[in-house]
Amino acid sequence: MLEIKNLYVKLEAEDKPILKGVDLKIGAGEVHAIMGPNGSGKSTLSYVLSGRDGYEVTEGSAELQGQELLGMEPEERAAAGLFLAFQYPVEIPGVGNMTFLRTAVNAQRKARGQDELSAGEFLKLVREKAKALKIDAEMLKRPVNVGFSGGEKKRNEILQMAMLEPRMCILDETDSGLDVDAMKLVADGVNALRDAGRSFLVITHYQRLLDHIVPDVVHIMADGRIIRSGGPELALEVEENGYADLMAEVK
Amino acid sequence: MAVPARKDAARSEATEARIAGLSLPRGGFTAAARAAALARLREMGLATKRDEYWRYTDPAGLNVTPAPEAALFPAGDEAPLFEARDRLVICFADGRFDPARSSPDLAMAGVEIARLAEADRADIHWARDLYGTLEARGQSPVARPLAALNTAAAADGVLIRVTGRAAKPVHLVYVHESTTSDAILHHVVRIEPGADLTLLETGPAAARFNNVIEVDVAAGGRFHHVRAQGRDRARRAATAIFARVGAGGLFKSFTLTANGILTRNECVIEIVGDGAVAHVAGAALGDGATGDFHHDDTVFVTHDAVGCESRQVFKKVLRNGAVGVFQGKILVKAGAQKTDGYQISQSLLLDEESQFLAKPELEIYADDVKCSHGSTTGAIDETALFYLRSRGVPREDAVSLLVLSFLADAIAEVEDEGLQAEIVARLEGWLRRRRRG
Repeated sequence: MLEIKNLYVKLEAEDKPILKGVDLKIGAGEVHAIMGPNGSGKSTLSYVLSGRDGYEVTEGSAELQGQELLGMEPEERAAAGLFLAFQYPVEIPGVGNMTFLRTAVNAQRKARGQDELSAGEFLKLVREKAKALKIDAEMLKRPVNVGFSGGEKKRNEILQMAMLEPRMCILDETDSGLDVDAMKLVADGVNALRDAGRSFLVITHYQRLLDHIVPDVVHIMADGRIIRSGGPELALEVEENGYADLMAEVK
Repeated sequence: MAVPARKDAARSEATEARIAGLSLPRGGFTAAARAAALARLREMGLATKRDEYWRYTDPAGLNVTPAPEAALFPAGDEAPLFEARDRLVICFADGRFDPARSSPDLAMAGVEIARLAEADRADIHWARDLYGTLEARGQSPVARPLAALNTAAAADGVLIRVTGRAAKPVHLVYVHESTTSDAILHHVVRIEPGADLTLLETGPAAARFNNVIEVDVAAGGRFHHVRAQGRDRARRAATAIFARVGAGGLFKSFTLTANGILTRNECVIEIVGDGAVAHVAGAALGDGATGDFHHDDTVFVTHDAVGCESRQVFKKVLRNGAVGVFQGKILVKAGAQKTDGYQISQSLLLDEESQFLAKPELEIYADDVKCSHGSTTGAIDETALFYLRSRGVPREDAVSLLVLSFLADAIAEVEDEGLQAEIVARLEGWLRRRRRG
């Protein structure tokens, strides 16, 4: 599904390398988690994959279903099936959540050469998906993320994911700022979307999210590289011992 | 009393030249007001770029005789605004009443409507105490010579007296058909106690348009004003609203301006009754690539009663060298306790060539008030842009959504949701046309 090879990235503004040779291969239907200390490059990886400005790829490649992502515009990556759930979802006053969702869904359909959804079809779909995430009609009417609680914002990200039906989902610290109940709700939403044709990359600081979204593979990232990969037990090991041991081991 | 502007020979000469070029109706019931206004104009003289409130906007094009020519603008396939609504239409083409495009009957329950040009044949009229009166009050402390000129020279306008709840809006439709027209219209609106009216104004009006509306809202009266100034690129407009709001009264005005080589919209509000509310808002869009754009909102709100609320919300979207100006003042007089005054002016600059000049002012003589003002200039928020694009929304569509997001607070000042939707559709049209290049 996603194959990252030898990826080197630096900040455009300063000559500061952040990713220093990331290799990662995620198969169809797999869930991978990336854990790592602050500043290890986890969020940068998610931004570079989704096409945010401000980063320069100096080496390497990232392919989604055989398509090279790194030269594409963010909207092209989305249409190709990539989705990033933001750590800090952006508030957009004055634009209704529903309008936003419909614009996004139809823009992607158009880019893929599909017919746009009619107002009726869209409404039916969004209601159905929103219900599963306990997102009420009021939240759909309100401006995008404005006045939403932390949990509501993250649920709204998952709703977008459910509506856009991407092939490759990246979740950037989706658990941050959530209490246990909110996290479970989000995790249930994600688990409902798991299927053989969809893959996930879950970026997180803490193991606790991985109790709910159980990964197939766990990677530990430090200083711009993946320093170790393993099964779900690797996350437990980190939880117990912290990153210091692992990092020392690698050095 | 008007504060005389600095006297100088050049100013007097320009003023006399302008007066000589005007056709001055003698007037019936307005005769005294017109004469007084002419004297005021001579006293203060026409504005120049050296005057404090004209520093950011050169009034030359509004003052010269004859008016600078303005090419006509094809509206294309866009249907006229508010056309599908049930409303009473009064049309002026290049400042002249156009009966063919007006409602056949200007009568409506609870509303008396007359045209100034007709009513002014008589010496007696309910508007006699108002015509030129609110304008004259609004000349202090800042001189507004174009408004005095308007009172003296207005050829026509409408006089609206509302005694009940108007069943439908009154819609003034302004059509621009001559490249050399120089229209001067003066409207007077009196909202009697507890009465309610929505006034719509749309269209570019003329090559050059000088428009004054005097609005007197009596206790408990409600006045909603929604205006769109057309899409003409070459037209010049100087408009002024002079409002007086009585106890528990409501005054709300919103203006949409897209394009226009020169627009100066003044709004002078005097809150004189306790518990009154006055809101004035504007959304302006200018693109220097399709003709020069200079848009100036100059607002003066005076609080002279207890427990009143005023709100100014002005937003401008500027690109390709467009220029936006905001000069807004809140004056809270001694005794106007529990005043809640708010003012925000913001510009969204879509490139580095465009410019926004803002002069917010507060002057407060009461000690128990809540007043705030803010002014910002900024570009499109890159994080929000990325967020939208990451959901598959193409860049240009995402920019349009963010422009609408930026304008939302101003548009929200239009209370009627149907009117609001039409305004949004206009904005979307403007943005869409620019996306096609």
